[in-house]
Amino acid sequence: MNRKAQAIVLFLVGVAVLRAGFTDLYLRYVKAGLRPLLLAAGVVLIAAAVATVWYERRPRDAGDADGGHAHREPRVSWLLVLPLFALILVAPPALGSYTAMHTGTALQRPWGFPDLPAGDPLPLNVADYAGRAVYDHGRSLEHRRVEITGFVALDGHGAPYLVRMALNCCAADAQPVKIGLTGRIPPVLQPDTWLQVIGTYTSERTKDPVGGGAIPYLEVSRSRPVPAPRDPYDESWNG
Amino acid sequence: MTTTTKAAPTGAGRRAAGDPRGGRFDSALGLIMLLLLVVVAQGPIRRALSAPVAQSWMTVFVAVVLQALPFLVLGVLLSALIAVFVPPSFFARALPRRPALAVPVAGVAGAVLPGCECASVPVAGALVRRGVTPAAALAFLLSAPAINPIVLTATAVAFPRQPEMVLARFVASLLVACAMGWLWQRLGRADWLRPPARPSFHGHGRGAAFWASVRHDVMHAGGFLVVGAMAAATLKAVVPASWLRGAADDPVVSVLALAVLAVLLSICSEADAFVAASLSQFPLTARLAFLVVGPMIDLKLFAMQTGTFGRGFALRFAPATFVLAVLVSALVGAVLL
Repeated sequence: MNRKAQAIVLFLVGVAVLRAGFTDLYLRYVKAGLRPLLLAAGVVLIAAAVATVWYERRPRDAGDADGGHAHREPRVSWLLVLPLFALILVAPPALGSYTAMHTGTALQRPWGFPDLPAGDPLPLNVADYAGRAVYDHGRSLEHRRVEITGFVALDGHGAPYLVRMALNCCAADAQPVKIGLTGRIPPVLQPDTWLQVIGTYTSERTKDPVGGGAIPYLEVSRSRPVPAPRDPYDESWNG
Repeated sequence: MTTTTKAAPTGAGRRAAGDPRGGRFDSALGLIMLLLLVVVAQGPIRRALSAPVAQSWMTVFVAVVLQALPFLVLGVLLSALIAVFVPPSFFARALPRRPALAVPVAGVAGAVLPGCECASVPVAGALVRRGVTPAAALAFLLSAPAINPIVLTATAVAFPRQPEMVLARFVASLLVACAMGWLWQRLGRADWLRPPARPSFHGHGRGAAFWASVRHDVMHAGGFLVVGAMAAATLKAVVPASWLRGAADDPVVSVLALAVLAVLLSICSEADAFVAASLSQFPLTARLAFLVVGPMIDLKLFAMQTGTFGRGFALRFAPATFVLAVLVSALVGAVLL
């Protein structure tokens, strides 16, 4: 790859990273806190591309120019166009039901069970409900209507789960937390559609066929489809 | 100006044999045609990649690249700063004359380079070129990606309930780095180490040299980063979690399994702590081995070391590093974790 081609690749990768950082696209792949670093990296890449073109244009003695052109970057540099295509042309969606059903539920025992605020229905996230249902046996959830948002995943038998992927750093370490749905479930459920359900605690629970983690159930009374949230991942583990 | 005179005759000689502009493949033109082709064919490409497994592969692939890119750029900027603005004589004065003492000093000095392993390979190459004893440069090469503040902070964030993990990682990595430095000083032979050949950026002015170094390192390390991201995405999307589960129960097998996994995954050292944290079915000592082996030797590092120091070096250095890193992390894990 000669310098001109390198400048093109650097520039395009920089633009793609800036575009991902300025829209919400980056939230599909990495944690929200990485945004300033992403933007800075995009600026540096574009600056490197501009500097390459700038110093190429300046006249130099022949020996220098030859020395520069004789040194080409190794073929492996061509691979940099792959993330470029993936990011600009395809922009793959955030991890969804496929990954969720191929990975065991990653529910961990919470630190404690602080009192829930007042409110009816009470908004809770998937991991909070699942943690209280499994490890506190639903004590703090008795007689409460809760409102939970997640995406739909169906297992091999068509049983529906409400899932949220929890993320530490980037999608490579994202792990699902699952809640089984029972009660008044909508008759037709498409995997990966986002759903807001209102329901109550039930002591029913099951074992995840992948990994054997505990999956609690929710007795659904009402549900409605909602648009995907801005950040598709649950980043509460990041503190 | 004078530094390029050595390279000029060979370049000019090759040039005389055939005009490169005429006979050789123009990569800029090829790149533009490739970009146009992909844009025109984007419909079929998208359809071909619409299967769930392909989608999740791509999501993880893009995620690993995006997540590592800012750290790669940071490391590359720093390495360019050192390469251009720190005078060569500085390192000769800063390090003790006796190699046996220079090794631990260089190992600890690795803590001040907040780069990932992708950046430490070119820096170590530059150190050797500037007359630093190879044993010290190698200790620096191994310790810098593992014990710098950014990596240790990331480790602390990834293991919020096990702060001793940070200490264990620091101690084990530094021990392995120094041991490899001393081992090289004892057993290493100069002819194994092909002197690193890199284009000289001098004679262009400091700005030009700085940006040339940045461009070179991003293109070089970025390509290997993509290889690592593809391997990681394949492992995540294709290999079921149950394969690893079988290895998690036996203490010896689990350490070896995660050490091999670290070599195969080739994750940048700034991010590997989060992956290690998610391998929660494994004992802490095995995850420590993952964190110690990964920044020192993996597939992309092996390729980069071959490119920078020569194959004869990499073939001897990499296995020795792997064995030593596994042994030391098992030992440190037994004491500290």
